[in-house]
Order: sequence, then structure tokens, then C-alpha cells
Amino acid sequence: MTSGPVTDPRAAAPGTPPPPKRRNTELALLGFAVLITLVAQAIVDLTVTGSLTTELATFGVWFTALWAVAHLVVRRWAPYADPLLLPAVALLVGLGLSFIHRLDLAAQQAGSTVSREDAPVQLVWATLGLVLFIGVLLVLRDHRLLARFAYTLALIGLVLLAIPAVLPASLSEVNGAKIWIRVAGFSIQPGEFAKICLTVFFAAYLVDKRDVLALASRRVMGLELPRGRDLGPVLVAWMLSILVLVFERDLGSSLLLFGIFVVMLYVATERASWLVIGLGLFAGGALIAYQLFGHVQQRVDSWLDPFEYYDGSGFQVAQALFGLGTGGLFGAGLGGGRPDQVPVAKSDFIAAAVGEELGLFGLVAVIIVYLVLVERGLRTSLICRDAFGKLLAAGLSFAIAWQVFVVLGGVTGLLPLTGLTTPFLAYGGSSLVANFVLVAVLVRISDAARRPAAPVGQPKPALGDAPTEVVQT
Amino acid sequence: MNAPLRRVAISVLVLFTLLIVNVNVIQVVRSDELRSDGRNTRVLAEEYDRERGSIVVSGTEIATSVATEDRLTYLRQYPQGPLYAPVTGYYSLVYGNVQMERAANEVLAGTDDRLFVRRLADLFTGRDPSGGDVVLTMDPAVQETAMAGLEGVTGAVVALDPATGAVLGMASTPTYDPNLLSSHQPAEIRDYAAQLDALEIDPRLNRAIDARYSPGSIFKVVVSAAALASGEYTPDTVVPAPDELTLPQSTSTLENFGGSACDPSGQQSLIDALTISCNTAFAQLGIDLGEERVREMAEAFGITGEGFDIPLTVEGSTLGEIENDAQLGVSSIGQQDVQLTPLQAAMIASAVANDGTLMSPYLVDQVRAPDLSVIDQTDPDELSEPVSAEVADQLTDMMVGVVEDGSGRRAQISGVQVAGKTGTAENAGPDHNWFIGFAPADDPQIAVAVFVANGGGTGGDVSAPIAGDVMQAYLEGQGG
Repeated sequence: MTSGPVTDPRAAAPGTPPPPKRRNTELALLGFAVLITLVAQAIVDLTVTGSLTTELATFGVWFTALWAVAHLVVRRWAPYADPLLLPAVALLVGLGLSFIHRLDLAAQQAGSTVSREDAPVQLVWATLGLVLFIGVLLVLRDHRLLARFAYTLALIGLVLLAIPAVLPASLSEVNGAKIWIRVAGFSIQPGEFAKICLTVFFAAYLVDKRDVLALASRRVMGLELPRGRDLGPVLVAWMLSILVLVFERDLGSSLLLFGIFVVMLYVATERASWLVIGLGLFAGGALIAYQLFGHVQQRVDSWLDPFEYYDGSGFQVAQALFGLGTGGLFGAGLGGGRPDQVPVAKSDFIAAAVGEELGLFGLVAVIIVYLVLVERGLRTSLICRDAFGKLLAAGLSFAIAWQVFVVLGGVTGLLPLTGLTTPFLAYGGSSLVANFVLVAVLVRISDAARRPAAPVGQPKPALGDAPTEVVQT
Repeated sequence: MNAPLRRVAISVLVLFTLLIVNVNVIQVVRSDELRSDGRNTRVLAEEYDRERGSIVVSGTEIATSVATEDRLTYLRQYPQGPLYAPVTGYYSLVYGNVQMERAANEVLAGTDDRLFVRRLADLFTGRDPSGGDVVLTMDPAVQETAMAGLEGVTGAVVALDPATGAVLGMASTPTYDPNLLSSHQPAEIRDYAAQLDALEIDPRLNRAIDARYSPGSIFKVVVSAAALASGEYTPDTVVPAPDELTLPQSTSTLENFGGSACDPSGQQSLIDALTISCNTAFAQLGIDLGEERVREMAEAFGITGEGFDIPLTVEGSTLGEIENDAQLGVSSIGQQDVQLTPLQAAMIASAVANDGTLMSPYLVDQVRAPDLSVIDQTDPDELSEPVSAEVADQLTDMMVGVVEDGSGRRAQISGVQVAGKTGTAENAGPDHNWFIGFAPADDPQIAVAVFVANGGGTGGDVSAPIAGDVMQAYLEGQGG
């Protein structure tokens, strides 16, 4: 069922050199990501304003420094980490910053009275995110430590999730979704942090209980159904997601949390029946919510035909579709389109801006960068030696995948709109910082997974037979 | 846990593939539809920001953009509005663009690939980019005469240069004022559109190409061509021409126009049958030739059922399904399900005029860059060769007979020999009146088709005089 440490192919046999660390690959890819970002920023400046600004130089130095530091920290404290994780994130953050900057300029050109620039703010958030990234790598030297705080994290996660629901709407509601904490000019979306806390809890809890949860009582239509009494946890998770849907009007977080839980349950127990039960429960819950709540009906209606509700709830998606369609194969070019026509293009609909200006090719490239990030995460999970790390890496990777799918699906009309943001790309401090933490944990796990295992269960070889020790830097 | 992990990895791949497929559908398959959606303001604002190219006829701009002070920088104007409306179409904030404004949109908007180098240059020199001009093949005298001739009736005139296929005139009535649909005031535009909608006949339809009608006897030219091309007939071949023809495998009978007799002897030469437009003779002739030969000849003349672009989109002309000889007989006199556009009718005359070679009709002579340099010149293109030069000569002789001694006398022009054929087609309402022809018969310069919907008279009375006037106007203009 699990790959034990003894059978792990990566356990270094005596005499074989340790696997390569690939840090230089990471450095080269990071350099590439930074280069793309700077070129994108320069093109935006040139196209929209006709000249390069001094801010570009400041930005360039700052942005380059960020990733240089991140790289050095990884090189020192997580030397075996997967070399693709950080560059993928850097590229997404860089592209996001370029597009936010581009939309800032569009707002200025349109003579917007509020000339607040969001790109510098986002850069500060990215910096804060990287500080936390480094902090996690420095403090969390072994990801298994997290399992000890599972129940504490679960509590924190639940509290974070619940705060917006109990706050008055004036402090928690933006555009109809009650998922914010708005204090002193800052808006925090606690759901993004709750996502990580709860994923850690799910991993610890499921590793503990998976043997019981894998017990089957009977077979129905080829499915090994679990015992009735074991349905408890999935029902709790389901109730939770329904509560989020109802009290915070947030289809996104609801879908996200429940999806993560069910998939982790499936991975932990290897029982496909959990997927079917989970899907059934969510479908049932969603159906009931659709019947009972106007805002859910509205979302679904404007999803099915955004153009029919063009003057109301369908406007945003319709505009996004216009942008994407106008972009076509190659896009209007950076600075050449009108992505500012889509309401809240910087956060929820940044993917529409990418598709409009970089075209189908650019948008698909971005989707593939996400795919690389996710599949590297899942690969980490696959080669991870401990069950907790395995499950946690799987959960975190799937969280990114599922969030990207739900958000991009919403923007492109494949799914109903949700309040989630595109990880790393979209404007929004909470999401950015939280996802940096998420990646830090993934990097930590991948470092452990790829690190050559100390030969376990074998008698320590006599000193004279010991292989030459490679000094780890 | 590795087996389910792999499955999760594959599921993620599937989910992302779904996203990518969906984005492909939006950005490639639905791209044009979304781009041109009237509510998509990005393309519109960009287009109105740019000086749109002109549509030019004989050195005069019939559609042009003038700078304004309002939010949309340029206003589209049509100085001779209703005269060229069937061809120019309109350029509307509310209803999009149609006809030439649509067909040549890329050139006019300046997005055409042929203007690429120019756009690049604009980028570097900082000039405001502007669209290219489209110079049409039309002749103002032909267009004016045609529209004047159709005044007060519903109909269409198409005139072609038989040697090249160039469209010399394309009239359609009733017409409308494209200026009123192209203003910058959506309310005004909607008001005018509502007025047009309230009419029984939609003036925005270009009857020359957007609609097709029963051709009646003008189709006999195609059947004659099939007969002559078979080698079994000459214009002098005597064919049966009874007063009344009982259609095969049926009890229904077919009579001549007005129930008259074609010839007391019950038979006459092919040329005489065409001259007096004898229905029974041609119905029997079509049946004798068989469906295959009639259909092949019709297709060679362009009646294939398929539409085409000139670059305005032309509705396909068709023979319809012919199920038996009875229907073949009726089809051979241009009734039953035979349906032609007036342009197609003109193409028949044009092919006969051009020694049997049909040229592809075209409306755009030149595409010009904003600096008036010619970046594309249309070369005439041969579409097909329905009949040999010899057969074309025989058909010409027969059609001269129609105008000199037969039903088409009123198309005569003094001093010029005209060839032609009339048509009076039965339909749900009063008869449609047709005339196709060309002049001069020995050296054709112009081929025309005149169609008057539900004119109620005969092709010879109603349509032939208009055709004569149009051809005369053109020949006089050419110094003939």
C-alpha cells in the first residue's frame, strides 16, 4: 500500500553517488522567469505610455533580489528541493505583476480619479510572501513536525473560516461574498489560510485513521462501500462546506475545501467509493442550495447563458469572453487590448486579461505552468517516504490544481463563477502570501523526499568500508 | 497510496485539458463571433478611432469617413446614400456592418494583411493608422440609369462586363439611406430601423444577390445552350411546338403564354421557338434532352446551388429537385423549383456574350493603401466555359431574333444590335418580369439582367425597356 523506506528506490545503495540536487537548473529557470517578467513590464510601459519609467529599474532590482534570496535560502536549507517549483511560482507572480501594472496604467489613462497603483502593493505582498516562505523553510526543518499541531491548525483553520460569517456584512462582504475581514484599510481573505491549515489537518487525521476508513462493509455495483459509522468525517466536511456556501455565499471555498478533503480521503484509503460518496453529497448539497438560495440560482443562471444576463450578473463573464475572443490566437499584445473593460480584472479576472493580450498561446502557456507546478507537487508526493508528507503534498498540490480549475473554469464560462482568486497571478495579498506558505511546505516536503535516505535497517558499515561522504552544502 | 496518487495526477491532467479545450473553443472557434458581437466595445472603439478607408466608384467616394468632435472619432458618410446602398451596405453602431462594409472590412479598417507593412511604418513614424480604400468596378451612369429605371417598383438590375466579369451596376429597389443607420446616435439608428422594419418589403435586402426568384423564360437560353451543345440541334432544327403539351406520366397539361399557339403547324424551328418564347416547345425539348444534360449546362453557367462571394455574398441559384419528366418539362421553362438571383441571370447573358466563356463576377477593382498606392488589382478570372464559341454565336443569333422580332423588342437601342431574352415567371403573386441580354451583339460590351418582382406585366413590357436604357447609357459613356 505504501512504499516503505526499505523498498524506496531512492534510498542510496552504498557506493552510488547521491541524486543530483539540480540547484543550478533552478537558478537558470529563475533567471528566465525574471527575464520574462522584466521584458513584459518594459513592453507594457512602452506600449501604454510610450517610454520606460524609472520605476521599472526599481522594480527590476527588487524583483530580481526577491528570487535571488529565495534561491539562496533554498540552496542552503532545502538543497534537494524540486527545482521546478520555485521558477514556476516566480513566472506566475512576475506575469501577474506585469498585468496588474498594465491595468494600473489603463486606469490612469482612462482618467480614473483613484490613481492608486496596485502593482507596487502587490510587490510588497510578494515580498511579505517570500519572507514567510523563507521563514517556513527556516523554522520547519522537518515537515513531519506539522502533524503534531494538526488539531491546533484545524481549530485555527475553522476559526479563520468562520470569522467572515459572523462578522457584520460591512466588515466582511465584498461583491456579495462574505469571505473577507476588512480592518483599517486592509482586506484579508482568511479562507486562503484556512485552506492550508485544514489541508495539514486532513493529512494528519487521515494518516491516523485511514486503516479504519478503508474498511469496506459491502460491495454495491462494483464499489466497496464503507461502513455506515465511518461516514462521520466526510459528513462533517460536507456540512462545513455547505455552511460556507450558505453563510458566506462562497461557492469557491466551499467547492475547494470539500474537493481537497474528498481527494485526500481517496488517496489515503485507496477507496474510489469515497469519491462517489463525496460527489453525491456535494451534488445533493448544491442542488438543495440552488433550490433554496437566490444568489446561487443567479450564479448558475448567469453561468448557463452570460449573454442573456448581460445587463446584470452575466456582464462580467460576457466581457471576459469578449476579451478572450478578441484576443484570439496571438492576443492583442501586451498593452494592446482593453482588459480594463472587464470589471475587477486585476483579481478575479486576470486570466481574461492574459488571454486577451497574450492570446490563446499565452493563456495556455500559463495553464501549463500551473500544470507543471501541480504535477511537480504530485511527483513530490509520489516519491515522499512518509505517509503524512505524501498525503500533505498531494493535498496541497491538488489544492492548487483544483483552485486553478475552478477559477479559470469560472472566468471562461466552464463553471459557475466563484469568489476564488487565481493563485500567484491575481491581485490580492492574502491569496499571494498564503500560496507562498503553501509552496514553502511543498518545497520542504520535496527536499525531504528527494534527499538520499540514510540507509535504514542495515548495520552501519565499518568505518573503512564507508562510502566517501559527499559534503552537503 | 501511489496508485490513487497517479490517478489524481491523471485527473488533474484531464481537468487542465478541459480548461485548455474550452479556451480553444472561446479563442479560436467562437473568436469571430465574440469579436464582432455588437456589445463588444473594444473592437468598435478601436475601429471608430481609426480613419476608415473609402469605397470609391469612378474617382468618387461613395462611402467615406469624416472626423467629428464626439466620442467616436470618425463618422461614416455615404454622399449618394440610397443610390449605392445595395452595394455599400451600412456601418452601424447598433446593427454592425453589411455588404461591402462587411466584405471589405479588413481593408477598410486597415487590418488586412496586405496593409501590414504600412501599419508597421505607421507604428514607427507615429502616423495615425488609417484604413485602405476599395475601388469598385461600377459605372456611375449604369448605376444611376438602373436605379432610375427601377423607381417605383421592387426589383434589381445587374450589369456585367462580359469580357472580365466586372460588375458595372448593381441596383436593388426599394432602397434606403445608409447614412441614417451609420450615425453615432443609437436612438436615431433604432428609429430608422423601426421605420424600415414596418415596411412590407425590406429595403436592406440587396435583391440582386440576397434573394432568388423563378426565372421563367430567360431559363430557355440555358436549355437552348444544352440543345445546341449536344450537337443534335441547330437553331434551324424543327422541334415539336404543340398548342398544349400533356406532361409525361400525368394528366396535367402545359400551355403557352396566354394560351396562344406557337405555330399553326404544331412545330417550329428552335430559333423561332425562342423568339416567341414557346413554352410547349421548350418543355418538350428539355424532356428530350434529359435531366442530366439540362442540369450539367445549368451548372456550367453557375447554377450549382452553391453561394459565392464577389466579395459580397451571393445566394446560390438552383434548379431544385427534379423528380420526373413532368417536372423536368416545367423546369425547362424556368418554373417549378428553378430559382435564380438576378446576378446569376446576368451571368448567363454574360457567358453567351463572351464567346461561351463565363468570367467570375467581381466588384472590387483595386485595393489602395491610404497613400493611394495600389496594393492589389483584381485580375479577371475565368469561371467556366459552358458552351463553345460556335454555340455562343448560335445563341447570340437566336437572342438577337428575340429583340428584333420577338418578345424583347422594347430593349432595342437605335444603331446598336441587342441580343436578349424575356421572362415572365409565375409565382404566388403577380408575375415576375425578367430580361437578360447584351449589346452590341457582335462585340458585347455589357450584359445585363433586369428583374422586376411581381411587375404583373411581361418581361418584354416591364423589364426590357430598363435593360435597353442601362445598356445604352453604358455604351454612350464608352463613346459608343
